[in-house]
Amino acid sequence: MQPSSHPQPLPDETVARRTFLRRTGLGSIALASMAGTAQGIQTHHHPRIKRVIHLCMAGGPSHLETFDNKPELAKHNGKPMPESFTKGQPIAQLQGKALKVLGPQHTFERYGKSGLAMSNVFKHISGHADEMCIINSMHTEQINHDPAHTFFNTGTAISGRPSMGSWVLYGLGAESRDLPGFIVLTSVGGGQSQPISSRQWHSGFLPSRFQGVQMHATGNPVHYVGNPAGVGRAQQKEVVDAVSRINAIRNKALQDPEIATRIAGYEMAFRMQASVPELTDMSGEPKHIVDLYGCRPGDGSFASNCLLARRLAERGVRFIQLYHRGWDHHGGVKGGVVKTASLVDQGTSALLKDLKQRGMLDDTLIIWGGEFGRTPMAQGSGRDHHIKGYSMWMAGGGVRGGTTYGATDDFGYNAVDRKVHVRDFHATMLHLLGIDHSRFTYKFQGLDFRLTGVEEAQVIRDLFT
Amino acid sequence: MKSISALLLLPFLSPLAVRAVPSGEITFNRDIRGILTDKCFACHGPDAKKVESDLRLDLRSSAIARRKDGDAAIVPGDPKKSALVYRIFADDQDDLMPPPETHKSLKPHERELLRTWIAQGAPYEAHWAYTELKQPTPPRAGRWAINEVDRYIAAGLAAEGLKPSPEADRVTLIRRLSFDLTGLPPTPAEVDAFVKDRSKEAYEKLVDRLLASPRYGERMTIYWLDLVRYADTVGYHGDQNVSQSPYRDYVIKAFNTNMPYDRFMREQLAGDLLPDATLDQRVASGYNRLNQTTEEGGSQAKEYLAIYFADRVRNVSQVYMGATMGCAQCHNHKYDPYTTRDFYSFGAFFADIEERGVYGARKRPPEIQVPNPEAQAKIEAFDRDIAAVKAQVTAEGTELLAGQPAWEKSARASMDQTKEVETVLIDDRQDTGGKSDGAWNFVAADKGPVHSGKSSRRQQAKGLVQHFYDNAKKPLETTADTRFFAWVHLDAANPPKALMLQFNDGTWDHRAVWGSDDISFGRQPKSYAAYQRKGALPKAGEWVRLEVNAAELGLPAGRKVKGMAYTQFDGLVHWDKAGWIGVKGLPHEVARALVIAPDQRDDKQAKAVREHFLATAPAILALNKTIAGIEAERGKVNSKGISTVVSKAVKPRMIRILPRGNWMDDSGEEVQPAIPAFLGKLDTGERRATRLDLAEWLGRPGNVLSSRTLANRLWYLLFGRGICSSVDDFGGQGTFPSHPELLDWLAVDFVESGWNIKHTMRKIVTSASYRQSSRPSPALRAEDPYNALFARQGRFGLAAEMVRDNALAASGLLIHKLGGPSAKPYQPVGYYAQLNFPGRKYAADKNDNQYRRGVYTHWQRTFLHPMLKAFDAPSREECTATRARSNTPLQALALLNDPSFVEAARVFAARIMREGGARPEDRIQWAHRNVLSRTAEAAVATELKRVYEQHLAHYRAQVDAAKKLIAEGEAPVATDLDPAELAAWTGVSRVILNLHETITRY
Repeated sequence: MQPSSHPQPLPDETVARRTFLRRTGLGSIALASMAGTAQGIQTHHHPRIKRVIHLCMAGGPSHLETFDNKPELAKHNGKPMPESFTKGQPIAQLQGKALKVLGPQHTFERYGKSGLAMSNVFKHISGHADEMCIINSMHTEQINHDPAHTFFNTGTAISGRPSMGSWVLYGLGAESRDLPGFIVLTSVGGGQSQPISSRQWHSGFLPSRFQGVQMHATGNPVHYVGNPAGVGRAQQKEVVDAVSRINAIRNKALQDPEIATRIAGYEMAFRMQASVPELTDMSGEPKHIVDLYGCRPGDGSFASNCLLARRLAERGVRFIQLYHRGWDHHGGVKGGVVKTASLVDQGTSALLKDLKQRGMLDDTLIIWGGEFGRTPMAQGSGRDHHIKGYSMWMAGGGVRGGTTYGATDDFGYNAVDRKVHVRDFHATMLHLLGIDHSRFTYKFQGLDFRLTGVEEAQVIRDLFT
Repeated sequence: MKSISALLLLPFLSPLAVRAVPSGEITFNRDIRGILTDKCFACHGPDAKKVESDLRLDLRSSAIARRKDGDAAIVPGDPKKSALVYRIFADDQDDLMPPPETHKSLKPHERELLRTWIAQGAPYEAHWAYTELKQPTPPRAGRWAINEVDRYIAAGLAAEGLKPSPEADRVTLIRRLSFDLTGLPPTPAEVDAFVKDRSKEAYEKLVDRLLASPRYGERMTIYWLDLVRYADTVGYHGDQNVSQSPYRDYVIKAFNTNMPYDRFMREQLAGDLLPDATLDQRVASGYNRLNQTTEEGGSQAKEYLAIYFADRVRNVSQVYMGATMGCAQCHNHKYDPYTTRDFYSFGAFFADIEERGVYGARKRPPEIQVPNPEAQAKIEAFDRDIAAVKAQVTAEGTELLAGQPAWEKSARASMDQTKEVETVLIDDRQDTGGKSDGAWNFVAADKGPVHSGKSSRRQQAKGLVQHFYDNAKKPLETTADTRFFAWVHLDAANPPKALMLQFNDGTWDHRAVWGSDDISFGRQPKSYAAYQRKGALPKAGEWVRLEVNAAELGLPAGRKVKGMAYTQFDGLVHWDKAGWIGVKGLPHEVARALVIAPDQRDDKQAKAVREHFLATAPAILALNKTIAGIEAERGKVNSKGISTVVSKAVKPRMIRILPRGNWMDDSGEEVQPAIPAFLGKLDTGERRATRLDLAEWLGRPGNVLSSRTLANRLWYLLFGRGICSSVDDFGGQGTFPSHPELLDWLAVDFVESGWNIKHTMRKIVTSASYRQSSRPSPALRAEDPYNALFARQGRFGLAAEMVRDNALAASGLLIHKLGGPSAKPYQPVGYYAQLNFPGRKYAADKNDNQYRRGVYTHWQRTFLHPMLKAFDAPSREECTATRARSNTPLQALALLNDPSFVEAARVFAARIMREGGARPEDRIQWAHRNVLSRTAEAAVATELKRVYEQHLAHYRAQVDAAKKLIAEGEAPVATDLDPAELAAWTGVSRVILNLHETITRY
C-alpha cells in the first residue's frame, strides 16, 4: 500500500513517494503505513527502541503520594503554604482559598538493589525498581485537564496538531501487517473518570491514516470491524473480491493510481476483520500469564488492556497508549491514590515482566505518568492540579533503571533540579526511537511544524544507559 | 530544459519555476521569495527581535546596504561582489550560509537561482497577495477558449508547449457538476435528459438548474462550516452540546439566496451591530462565538478569555484573509509582516463580545430563540394574514371617510367629556394581581424619601438591579394615547448611571432608558421601537415624575400590558407611585384640531382627526382586534424556537499585548482595534473601530485579501487544487499562484459582479478548462504531476458527507429537507464512553432525521462520527480550508459495515427488485446506472452477477441469515419480497456502493 500525498491530489506513486521523503525531514521514510512493513527505515541515528507503550494516568496522579518523597512537607502539615511559592502562580480550583500544606499521605520506602524511593502503594510496580527511571522534575504549562492532555500528547494546547503517536507512526511506519500502527486503549473502573478526547490521538494535519485507532471494550473492538448481521466471512470475501476486481477493471479506463491504494485498503480491511478478533481473543493465553496480570481477559480493565498491549507489541504496533482515567483526587487523596494505584499496579507490573521474559522490554519504552501533578496544598482532604513540578517514570530499552532524575524543592512545589519540560520529554522519547526532534518536521500552513515546537528542547541523555 | 530527470531533482516547485532555471527571466515572487523565506528569514527576516548581524533579506534596502565588514550582502548586478553569493557557495563551513547546523542547506539549483537573480539586478517585488488588485486583460486565445478563464489557462499551456485535455464525456460532466454544485449524484433521468439534449445551451441550462437547487446551499455549507469550525458541541473537556444549528441554516440560506459575499461577511462578523438587525443577521453574528469553550471546574476565566481571543484571531484571519496571524500571538510573524501588536489589535475588534471565560453547565449566553423552519413557515403565514387584514383596514377606511363630517359634528358636541384618568398600579403595594420579582424593598418615611402613601421602594446596587411584576390578573389595554408614569427620587450623593422603564405585552421588548448605556438588557446601537433613549437622567435629590408614551415604545392601541419593570444601573434610587394614564373621550390633539374648521387645519391636525375617526370606527376596531389576535398567535409560535448563540455588544474589555502570549502577564501595552498595520489604517476618527468597521473593510472592493482568498477557494472546490495551492495561507510561506493573473482577474470579476458567488461559480464551471477530462495523459503526468497547469480536471474522493449522501440517494432513503436541529445517524455503541460531565449516551434518530444529509450530522468535536472521521472530515476545532484526502482501510470498513451503508444497500436492493426489470441482467444494469450514471461493461456485469448468484445460493440455504441482513436499520423491511433474493441483491448493492468510482468525483 502506498501513501497518499497530502494535501495534494495524488499524481502518481513515484512523485508521491519522493515528495513524502522530502517532507518528513527524516533521511528516509518507511513506506509502511497501516499495512506496510518497516523494512528499510533509515532513522537519524541508531534507535534504541522499536516501540512505545504510554501508560497515561489521566487526571494527574499526586507525585507526593507516589514517586516524590518529601519528608519536609510532613513537618508543615496544616500550616499555611509560604506565599513565596504561590504568589502570582496559576492555580485551579483553589483560586481565592486559604492555602494550607497537606503532608504526604503515604509512607515512602526504598526498593530494589538500587534502593529507589517510592510510596508503599505500589505492591507490584515497586518490584521493578531497578528497571525504573523516575523523573521528579517534570513541569508543564497547562493547569486544566483537557489542555494539559493536549499539551502532553501534541506539544501544544492548541487543538488540531498531531499527537506524538501520529508523529512517531508518520516518521517510522509500523511493523504490523494486519493492524494499525498506533492503537489507543481506554480502561473501565475507578470512580469519577476524566473525559478524554479523541484529539489526544488525532493525526492533526498529518495524513489521517496516521491517527491513533481506538480499540473499544464494548461492541466491535475497532469500529465497523464486524460484518453486518447475516453476512458471513465467505460472503464478505465475495463482496470485497468483487469490489477489488471491478476496481481493477475500471482502472483500465480510469488510470487512477488511487485505485491501487483502494484495492490494498480493502484487502487490509478484510485482514483486519480477522486479525482484530484474533488479537482480542485472549482465550489462548495460558493460565500463568492470565494470573500474572490478575484479570479476566477482555473485561476492559487496565490489567486486561496491559495484556492486550503486550499482544499489540508482539504484532508490531508502533505506538500503544493506555488510559486510566481515575487520578483526579481533589478530595480524599489518601484513599484515592490507594484505590487507583490498585487498579493499575498489577497490570503495569505484569506488562513489564511479560515483555521482559519475551525479550521485548529491551526494544520497548514504557512511559508512566499523567498530564500534571498535584499541589502540596490541601484542597480539603485532597489536592488541586499542579504544573510546576511532578513525576513520571520510564522503563525499557535504553533507560537507566534504578535511578531518579531531577528534583522538586522541599515542598514538592517547583521542579528545581535538572528540570524536564514536556518538550524535553518528547525530544528524549524521539531520540530513543532514532529521531532527531529538531529535524523531524512537517510543512503545514507554510510552516515547518515539529512535535517539540519552536522553543528549545533538550534530549535528556543522562536517562540513557 | 524539459527532461523528466531534471524535474525529479526539484521537488515541489511548479514546473514553470523549474523551467526558469537557469537562463530565463527570474521573477522574485515566483522564484526567489520562497527560497529566502524558507532558508533565510528565520534569522534575516521580518521578525525584528531575531535579526542576525542586523541584516534583513526581506528588505532590499537592508540587503544592498554596505556593511561594516565590507561588502553588501547583495550588490545588484554583481554576484561576485555580493557577500550573499560568497556565503552560500562558501567551502569553509564557518562561512557557509545557511549554517549547516540549521539543516536548511540550499540546493544547488537554489544557489544558482540566487546568483542569477543578483546578476539580473536583484529586483524585489511586493508579496503577490498584498499587491493592489488589478484586472488584467486576458491574453488572446484560440478557439478552445470559452471564457476568460480559458484564455489564461491556454496561455499557460502554450508557454509550456502543452495542450488542454479533451472535454470529458457527458456522463462524467453531469456527475462532476452535480457533485460539485449540489453534492449529490444525478438521477438516471437527469443523466438521460442531459445526454440527449444536444442543444447549444444544454450545458448552461444544467448549470443553472444545479445552481438554483436548494441542495447547492447545503453543498457549499459543508465547506463553509469547515472554515468557521462549526460544531454542535463546545470542544473542551466534557465537550457538552451547544445549540447553534440556526447559524448553519443561515449559511445554507445565504448560499441558496446567493447573498453577496461582502454582506455575508458583514452579517457574520457584525450582524448584531447593524441598525435594526434582523433575526437572520443576529443569528449570523453567532459566527463570532463558534469557538471552543469550556465549563471545566477549576478553569481560570482570564486564561480562557485569552484562549478564545487567540482562537478568534486565528479563525477570522484564516477565513476572511487567508492569513495565518496565529503565529503572531507570541512573537512577530517570522515570515509575514504581521506583528504581535497586529495580533492583539486585530483581536480587540472582538473585545465587545459578551462572553465568559468559564461558562455555567450547559449554558452559553447570550443565546436567542430562533423558530425552526416549520415555525418560520407559520410565522410567514401569520405575517401574510396580518398584511391582508391591514389592507382591509385601508380599504374600509376609504369607504368610511364619507361619514367623517357627521361624526365630527357629534364629536364636538361631546367634547367636554374628554378628560384624563390616572390609574395607579403600585403605591404602597403592588396591586396588579401579577407576580412580583426582583429587588422589591418598601421603606417607610423614616428610612428614606417617600412621595406618596406610606412608603417608597428603595433600590440600591453596584451594577444592574431591577424589580418588576409580570402576569397581571387584568392587563391594561393600551389606547392610542396611553402614557405610563413612575415617580423616582435619585440620591444626590449616589445617583445611578441609568434608569429604565420596561413593559411586557408578551415580550419585554419595550424599553425607555434615561442616562447612560450601561444597562445591557435589550441595548441596541441605535434607538428603535423596543429601546428608546430618553436623554439625561432626571435631577437628583428631588421627586420627579417619569412619563413615557406607550405608542412610542412599540405599544399601539390594543396591546395588553401585563408586566412592568423598574431597572437601574449603580446608585441609590427610591421608586414610588407608578401606573398609567388614559384619556376617556378624545385625545387632546384631536380635541384641539376638531374645533378648527376642516379647511383651516394643517396636515398634522387633519391627519390626527382622520386617524382618530377611523381608529374608533367599529368596523376598524373589529379588524384591529383581529390583527391583535393573529399577532398573539404569532408570538406564541415565535417563542418556541431553537436556541442559538449570538454576538452581543457590551462595553469592550481592555486588550493588552500579552508578552510571549502569557495571559498572566499584565505588563503589555493596551491596544485599540486596528487592522494589520502594513495593510493600512481604518479611518474612524476619534471613534473606537468596531467589528462593523472591520467587516466593511473586508468588503471594500479594493481589499486585496478577501476577494482573492474566496475566489481561490471557489476554484479549489471546482478543481481540487487552488490557483494558489496553499488555500489556507496566502502569506510568505504559502505557494506562489500558478496563474496569478487569472486569480486576480477572477477576484476583480467577483467583486465587480457584486461579490456574487454564483456568478463566479458559473464562470468557472462553464469554462472549457473545467470541462476537460480528468484523466492525465502520460506526458501530463510526467510534466505536471500536481496539475499546476490545469491541463486537465482534478479528480478526488467525495467529501465525507457526500459519501454518505450518495448511498442514501441511491437507496431513495435520503430526506430532502432543509435545516433544523442536527441529526443523529447510527453510531457504534459506547463511542462516547470517554465523555463525562455528564456521561453521554448516543441515541440514534428513529425518524426521518436518520436519513438526512451529512451536513446535518451531529458534530461532536472530540468524537466526530467515525464514518465522517474515516473519510477525513475535520473535528472543527480549528479552521480547515483543505481537508486531507486519505485512502485507508478504515474507510473500507466503514463503507462495508457501517449500518447506514448496509441499510442503504438493502433498501436499494428492494428498489432493484421492484424497479429494475425482471431478469438479473436488467437489474444489474439498472442498479449500476442508478449509482454510477451509466451502464456496466460486460466484465463488470459478470462480476456483479457472480456475487448475485453466490449470495443467492447461500441465502437460499440460510434464510435466517438473509432475514437478518435485510432487516438492518430502522427502515421498514420489504416483507413482500423473497428474503434470499433480497439479501443477494443487497450483496450486489454493497459491491456497487463500495466501488472506488462511486465515491470519487472524476
